[in-house]
Amino acid sequence: MRNTIIALAAVASLAACASKPEPTPTPTPGPTAPPVQTPQGPRPGSLEDFRVSVGDRVFFGYDRFDLSAEARGVLERQAAWLRQYPNVRILVAGNCDERGTREYNLALGARRAAAARDYLVSLGVEAGRVETVSYGKERPLDARVNEEAWSVNRNAHTNIVSGAVS
Amino acid sequence: MRLIKTFLASLTVMLVAFAFTATPSAAQQPQQSDRVHVDIEQGNLNPMPIAVVDFLGGSGAAQQIGRDVAGVIRANLDRSGLFRPIGPDAFIERITAMEVPPRFADWKIIDSQALVVGQVSPLPDGRIQIEFRLWDVFAEQSITGFQYATTPDNWRRIAHRISDQIYEQITGERGYFDTRIVFVSESGPRTRRIKRLMIMDQDGANPFFLTGSDSMVLTPRFSPSTQMITYMSFETGAPRVFLYNLGTNRREVLGDFPGMTFAPRFNPDGSGVVFTVDLNGNSEIFTMDLRSRARQRLTNQSAIDTSPSYSPDGSQIVFNSDRGGSPQLYVMAANGSGQRRISFGEGRYSTPVWSPRGDLIAFTRQGGGRFAIGVMRPDGSGERILTESYLDEAPTWSPNGRVIMFFREGRGEGPQLWSVDLTGRNLRRIPTQTDASDPAWSPLLP
Repeated sequence: MRNTIIALAAVASLAACASKPEPTPTPTPGPTAPPVQTPQGPRPGSLEDFRVSVGDRVFFGYDRFDLSAEARGVLERQAAWLRQYPNVRILVAGNCDERGTREYNLALGARRAAAARDYLVSLGVEAGRVETVSYGKERPLDARVNEEAWSVNRNAHTNIVSGAVS
Repeated sequence: MRLIKTFLASLTVMLVAFAFTATPSAAQQPQQSDRVHVDIEQGNLNPMPIAVVDFLGGSGAAQQIGRDVAGVIRANLDRSGLFRPIGPDAFIERITAMEVPPRFADWKIIDSQALVVGQVSPLPDGRIQIEFRLWDVFAEQSITGFQYATTPDNWRRIAHRISDQIYEQITGERGYFDTRIVFVSESGPRTRRIKRLMIMDQDGANPFFLTGSDSMVLTPRFSPSTQMITYMSFETGAPRVFLYNLGTNRREVLGDFPGMTFAPRFNPDGSGVVFTVDLNGNSEIFTMDLRSRARQRLTNQSAIDTSPSYSPDGSQIVFNSDRGGSPQLYVMAANGSGQRRISFGEGRYSTPVWSPRGDLIAFTRQGGGRFAIGVMRPDGSGERILTESYLDEAPTWSPNGRVIMFFREGRGEGPQLWSVDLTGRNLRRIPTQTDASDPAWSPLLP
């Protein structure tokens, strides 16, 4: 029964992807999809370019804030992109799954955002361009109630605040 | 706010012992051994049968208020789990005058241990007088009686005060009915939840919003005076601790910190707030004096330190830290010295709250895929779990330290407010119009 629900949810999610464009990023657990290079691809330096070609989220283990090899790969692509577009300013938001209490998760989200920010800065992104925020467990990306959704909801999300090509 | 001001301006409480009170000193000796008594420690194994007669009222309006007051009292006593209000259909004697003692035999037959009678009368200045008397049916004597003069629209608070008097006289403990709950009202889809501050009476009546739907708020807590609330809000973009003045409806950001501030609570005299500051991913506990705005840092660890809560005497603070590898409860002196771990059971511990009586600390414990509400002594001994479900979180104490309110979230469902006795019995849903989380129980209203 539960498998059926998950399968249906997956179909619904795929359907939602097909009927894009979505203003908010679609939940894609794990490493981001390889860059799609088509003549109709996102305009270089745009929000869409960053989200689709670079990847705007890195994911964490349960109650963890250390960066996996995958997460570092995504952040390295982010840093390269940010060096290429030096006017872009970003807000890194730390997020948690719902399997923790509210205040602890606010603190954990702050750790995740700081871990991503610190790595970006270590790769040459000026610290003044990066702000952080924690949403704790208040802003789940995936509303479902299972480990797959929780793994998606444990993330640091790099939001472009200003300076992108429109 | 308007309610509070109206109340403060208009309510005069007259502690008038009635002329025929046989034992005027009874109020000072609530635990006489020969008197009707409920032992709170035993919980609600045998709730005490009590008869609350519709309060007498002359005119139509006063009569309706009399019925409503009795209804609120019955509901309060019933919800406490310590009393079993007898349905008025079973009453034999029809009370027609307060001045005449009841026919005790008629109340003994229906096994009513105690009897509450009352009266509502209009006053010449437009206010009303509400008086009541509590009788011990089997001892055949008056236990207490009070009268209150108030505006007609304030009858509900008088009903709560009378409920508190009855509870106090029969249990020997302070009541908790004349109190309010501030909480987070939730609506909208889980991925874009709207969270607003809401305040209501302890029984769910008189709810109203304190903040709008444009900014998310979390974790409200009352000041000891009940006139201020501290909470966290995303109103200014970054999460910040706010103060909300219920008298003026004004709110302000507390302090000026570069990073997120969260998890605030007042100190026991209301002169300061203890809260958490995020220092580049490192959460540390600070205090701020509300008058001087002087700040003091209490923790200095690379681990998470958050969710501080003062002991009622202000000498100690319990808090949440993962410095040992997982979230656990720690206690320190109010100046930050002597930090030591107190939780050693299986699982992850968080959201500690010191009981107003000082004898216990309530917490959320997470383990085996479930979340439980429990209590332990301040030295970590005597741990007891009171409730458990998919998600039980955020305990808050009734001002007498006998009841814990918290929120419960079913798998994939919205949160609701629940309460449970310290005994682990009497689990009850608190009615709210919307989904609700992060409850905070006020002290008794002034």
